[in-house]
Amino acid sequence: MPLKRMDKTPMSERAAGRRAHDFLEVNEGYDMARAMFEAERCLRCQDPVCVDGCPVRIPIPEFIHAIAAGDMREAATILRGANPLPAICGRVCPQETQCEELCHMNNRFSSAAIGHLERFVADWERGQPANDATRQPWRDEKIAVIGSGPAGLVCAGQLADMGYPVTVYEALHAPGGVLRYGIPEFRLPNAVLDWEIDVLRQRGVEIANNIIVGKTIALDALLDDMGFAAVFVGTGAGLPKFLGIPGENLNGVFSANEFLTRINLMRAYDFPVSDTPMKVGKRVAVIGAGNTAMDTVRSALRLGAEKGLIVYRRSETEMTARIEEHHHAIEEGVEFHWLTNPIEVLGNVDGWVTGLKCQVMELGEADDSGRARPLPVAGSEFVIPVDNVVLSIGTTPNPLLLQSTAGLETDRWGCLVADEESGRTTRARIYAGGDVVTGAATVILAAGAGKNAAEAIDRDLSAARGDDQGRELQSGRH
Amino acid sequence: MARIISKRVLTPVTKLFVIEAPLIAAAARPGQFVIVRVREGGERIPLTIADYRPDRGEIIIVVQEVGVTTRLLGALDEGDDILDVAGPLGSAPDISPAGHVVGVGGGFGAAALLCLMRDLSQRGARTTAIIGARQKDLLILTDELKAASGHLDLCTDDGSTGFKGFVTERLQQLIDGDAVAPGLGPPDRVVAIGPMAMMRAVADTTRRAGIETLASMDPLMIDGTGMCGGCRITIGNEIKFACVDGPFFDAHQVDFDEAERRNKMYVDMESQAAVRQAHACGAASQVREGAI
Ligand SMILES: Cc1cc2nc3c(=O)[nH]c(=O)nc-3n(C[C@H](O)[C@H](O)[C@H](O)COP(=O)(O)OP(=O)(O)OC[C@H]3O[C@@H](n4cnc5c(N)ncnc54)[C@H](O)[C@@H]3O)c2cc1C
Ligand code: FES
Repeated sequence: MPLKRMDKTPMSERAAGRRAHDFLEVNEGYDMARAMFEAERCLRCQDPVCVDGCPVRIPIPEFIHAIAAGDMREAATILRGANPLPAICGRVCPQETQCEELCHMNNRFSSAAIGHLERFVADWERGQPANDATRQPWRDEKIAVIGSGPAGLVCAGQLADMGYPVTVYEALHAPGGVLRYGIPEFRLPNAVLDWEIDVLRQRGVEIANNIIVGKTIALDALLDDMGFAAVFVGTGAGLPKFLGIPGENLNGVFSANEFLTRINLMRAYDFPVSDTPMKVGKRVAVIGAGNTAMDTVRSALRLGAEKGLIVYRRSETEMTARIEEHHHAIEEGVEFHWLTNPIEVLGNVDGWVTGLKCQVMELGEADDSGRARPLPVAGSEFVIPVDNVVLSIGTTPNPLLLQSTAGLETDRWGCLVADEESGRTTRARIYAGGDVVTGAATVILAAGAGKNAAEAIDRDLSAARGDDQGRELQSGRH
Repeated sequence: MARIISKRVLTPVTKLFVIEAPLIAAAARPGQFVIVRVREGGERIPLTIADYRPDRGEIIIVVQEVGVTTRLLGALDEGDDILDVAGPLGSAPDISPAGHVVGVGGGFGAAALLCLMRDLSQRGARTTAIIGARQKDLLILTDELKAASGHLDLCTDDGSTGFKGFVTERLQQLIDGDAVAPGLGPPDRVVAIGPMAMMRAVADTTRRAGIETLASMDPLMIDGTGMCGGCRITIGNEIKFACVDGPFFDAHQVDFDEAERRNKMYVDMESQAAVRQAHACGAASQVREGAI
């Protein structure tokens, strides 16, 4: 057995100087040797606490052992049994605050590279010959899933595995939700997403694009007219927030959703080969410090900005982005302006952005979110000259479907009220999960909610079926 | 994918398509729009639903060729498929049918008035449609609009038919009680659909007369579902998303300066794309960017 390394086996990545100008994936993944070496670092604990940190409870030591034993098929089976989107989660999960944070190795060394290994197994699986026979559903009750983000896709996949005919309705022209329109190619290549979606199609899931439920079809029509036995709502939290500061409608100010959608869904990086343009100036300021902000500022560099700036009213400690994204952004030359609060976007006579007026903040007592509250320092206003301002200050659930459907309760943040364990909403036969319930959260939480709801739907339908069969039997006897 | 059932050339740059879209036809209300994409890598553009026939599962759109996507669309024929058609989006305007409702349409805006005027007429409103164009042969859908409204009034810049002058001059005459639409009385409400400059002029005209007016705003859009905020416009002191809160807004509250400026954000890049496209089909001389 090789000696255990103290540190995680690093994953090779493309040099910052090169990658910061194109949209190819930054991380290159492990090869077999590195993966087996890293798998050997796992301590095989009696109490695998890492599993407690995983929202879908992947049997982590088991799949890592399979890698160490060189049994990739077994590793893939274990992984996929618990997480239907491993190639995606291996790339985008915040492992450092989930499984890897709890890893016992952290006491002395760095944790096992669980995320890297997850990605490795999923990529191995993707390289295997495809099985192109599409499976047919064998149950009668049809299920409709609204939204094709991770919550909807996972819910659909699980239900298909249980034999239900499932149709996913997606408002946009391509499925994937944030995975398609938000997270950029250099972090999650479309090819990976397309592959995961193809696997779902083979498992029998049907996907209907360009259907906006609540506009094209009413949710109630799915239940009453189209014969669906249950509906899962996974419509995400797609409504962008604006700051409400002067100058927000100047030319050159975008929401992160618009900026990233133009680039990812509409492929503006390929303009004029693709048709959707994107205007990026020399200096781009992104307001916010979550994953979305990092994706946005790094995309701006790739579209030719000379300077990408993160402007955040709190400090580095309160930043919500994954550590890896922050590191990659630093390597690529992003400038960070912590404790800096934007108060006005400045423009020229033609209405184009020229600068961002900010004030310096200091940290006070903890606020509702448990984080130190930023307070303005009097007389500290200053102007950062910029050509674009992109707002990445959060999103809330899109009210379109919720407002057009009677009887669905929402909370004061506009989130759909649903039971955490089962996804049951305030209406029978309607279930929900993912960002539409939690507000903007993570891929794996959305996936987990989709999985739980699929199980609840199956339980509820089975119970109903039992009753019906019982009744049929009774009436048959007469 | 949506099949083109038939196509009519209304003017050299304006085409009408009847499209098979049963779900959209069943759900559509007057004034709503669809988002269309015509090729892989193509843009998503909003187009008003000019008319819909739920019983036949058809919608009608009218396309004026002004940019890359509209030209590609205009080149499609009966039997072709449109790659993506999503809708109906936006909301039908809330217009009371009490009294005399006047629809003012410029250029291809006349098409968008069609089902709106018919719906108002059916709901008991007295209706007048005033439509304008540079010259007679650029006026579109006159027969259909005549059937849909109580009175149809035509305006041309060169006087080749109807009133010689702008739609706003004609609207002013109507407000002043001139014999434009005999027996229908002065306007109680006005709806303006067309180029931004025209809608702004209509808003100015009716503001002076204190007549309630709606304008159909057409900012740049991407998703059309409220997800990007690219379509935001200022109404009074509020920011609205035209795709979900509109497209109809109180014309007297619209910040037209801002709306116009935001619509021109990509003009230089659009012409770059258009030049490339024109070269590709060897027809650079035929490109009429921005022709109304
Ligand atoms: C730029 C960006 C980067 C991120 N990075 C990370 C990361 O690194 N790691 C991580 O864990 N999380 C990340 N997140 C968060 C993560 O992507 C989301 O939490 C997750 O995608 C939520 O999944 P969902 O299925 O609930 O919704 P979504 O992914 O939002 O999908 C909802 C789908 O429903 C569709 N829809 C909405 N309304 C309707 C309707 N009425 N009819 C039909 N369809 C409808 C939408 O078009 C969309 O496709 C990131 C988010 C963004 C925006
Ligand atoms: S078009 Fe994106 S929000 Fe209106």
